Amino acid sequence: MSYNSVLYLLLFLPCTLLFYQMTPQKWRWVTLLTASYLLFWSFSGKLLIYLIGMTLLTYTAGIALHKVSGKLRKTVMLICVILLVAGLAYLKYYNFFVSNFNLISEETGSIVRLQLHKLVAPIGISFYTLQAIGYIIDVYWKNITVERHFGRLALFLGFFPQLMEGPIARYSDVAEELQRNEDIKGENVAYGAVRIFWGLFKKMVIADRLAIPVNAIFDSYQDYSGVVIALAAIGYTIQLYMEFSGCMDIVIGSGRMFGVRLPENFRQPFASKNASEFWRRWHITLGVWFKTYIFFPASTSHVVKKWSKYSRKKYGKYVSNIGTLAMTLFPVWLCNGIWHGAAWNYIFYGMYYFVLILAGEAVAPIKKQVVNRLNIDESRRYWQTLQIGKTWLIIFTGELFFRANGLSAGFSMISSMITGFTISGLSEDLGAIPFVDAADILIVIIGCIIVAIVGSIREKRGAVVASIDNLKLPVRWCIYYALIFSVVIFGAYGAGYQKIDLIYAGF
Amino acid sequence: MEKLIEILNEIDDTIDYENEKKLIDARLINSMAVVELVGEIEEEFDVEITASELKPENFNSVEAMMKMITRLRGE
Repeated sequence: MSYNSVLYLLLFLPCTLLFYQMTPQKWRWVTLLTASYLLFWSFSGKLLIYLIGMTLLTYTAGIALHKVSGKLRKTVMLICVILLVAGLAYLKYYNFFVSNFNLISEETGSIVRLQLHKLVAPIGISFYTLQAIGYIIDVYWKNITVERHFGRLALFLGFFPQLMEGPIARYSDVAEELQRNEDIKGENVAYGAVRIFWGLFKKMVIADRLAIPVNAIFDSYQDYSGVVIALAAIGYTIQLYMEFSGCMDIVIGSGRMFGVRLPENFRQPFASKNASEFWRRWHITLGVWFKTYIFFPASTSHVVKKWSKYSRKKYGKYVSNIGTLAMTLFPVWLCNGIWHGAAWNYIFYGMYYFVLILAGEAVAPIKKQVVNRLNIDESRRYWQTLQIGKTWLIIFTGELFFRANGLSAGFSMISSMITGFTISGLSEDLGAIPFVDAADILIVIIGCIIVAIVGSIREKRGAVVASIDNLKLPVRWCIYYALIFSVVIFGAYGAGYQKIDLIYAGF
Repeated sequence: MEKLIEILNEIDDTIDYENEKKLIDARLINSMAVVELVGEIEEEFDVEITASELKPENFNSVEAMMKMITRLRGE
């Protein structure tokens, strides 16, 4: 029962809204938690016990942190974090580790072999594990007061709209609204419905339409020219954005119907002027999590501080700062890569951004000097367009490795793009791509233009969906109908299309 | 406070630190600049800043930073 399914949208969500409203306010959290566990059960069945166990561990550790003092607090926090990470690591990464260990053993002639285990990770494990770790560290840092009500903490970790794909909320972001249990309000339902249809538009009209040719090219890239592979990399980037941000619209819309404002996960990422900015606009809550719980603790650790003091005297400020950044950014991007999945191409993806962001910081003073010497006005449109274009190239290359069927396939595709990049015979190449006709291409282009216009308005004026409320009634209803009919008429479903699973739910 | 503004100007001299109250919320200084700032503050004011102090409310303005420094000196 994924968020874009008929079952979720026409049965599960309306029924949950109905039961929620019928339940006395004091017990509404029970309705929400039951619905959340029901959704979880529909995907992972008995593995629900893992989510409940993990919640129990987090709850107990939180209470213990409140009761103990001194060094014992740190011990309690560390035990809880290690257990949470161990659960995630075992279920998601054990077989990856064992396969690589056995491969090294084989190469080195060792007879030691480890057994692979049949493992199934519960749905959304990467998302609620990070929320649980964040909660425990925030209690340890005394940024929040401990949650004494088990049900409320369980709802924070398992709230059904964000169960599968996030956003990775901090307890302080959502706890108050989750506990308010307010009545269903017309304006919240209207806002939620528009966000849901906007998400369906991105997912079903654009992403699902792109998925078919993109999958075909990535699965047999050897059959295609460099230009087609480049187009597939661009196509996949657009597909991933439309699919993930579309799903976030459905998630945020669903949450809002219950009066819960979940944090936004995207802010026009394709308007970024460098890799750093891209990650402040793309999967925002994951970036904030890594910054808060890995980057900052790493940068204030004794090892880094010791290096900083030593290197500043020995090598000067510039080398010291770059060294410090390298030491603190490395764990962030390693974790970012691994978090996405147990495969080398994901680790490469993380390292790719580590190198680019570090290099960006290293050349920043030189770039500043060049810009000053050449009298370049950085606020001018041509300069900003150049920067955005450069960032697009970085993003498309990164997503190619992210999607490629293995790291070596990624490198082969890059090699084909460089050596086989010729536009002669392009029309034949394009004709060879399966399931693509002129109408599909036109719908995708128009869809992307609409999303870009809405993104541009959002960038300049802020919230777009909320401002629809201020429009005159006929205009408002025209927008509602346009959104509904565009999904119904142009959505990529039915004969000739496949059901496309949510990409990030697999992480 | 003057010393702190001097440090901030060395990191980025295009910001009006005396009047700006949303240095972090308005994304005027990023997390990498915060890390550089932490090193400078620790050295100049002889305090130890831990990860739990690295939150927007402690770095949004010069006053907030001074308040944090004074508190850490007293601990």
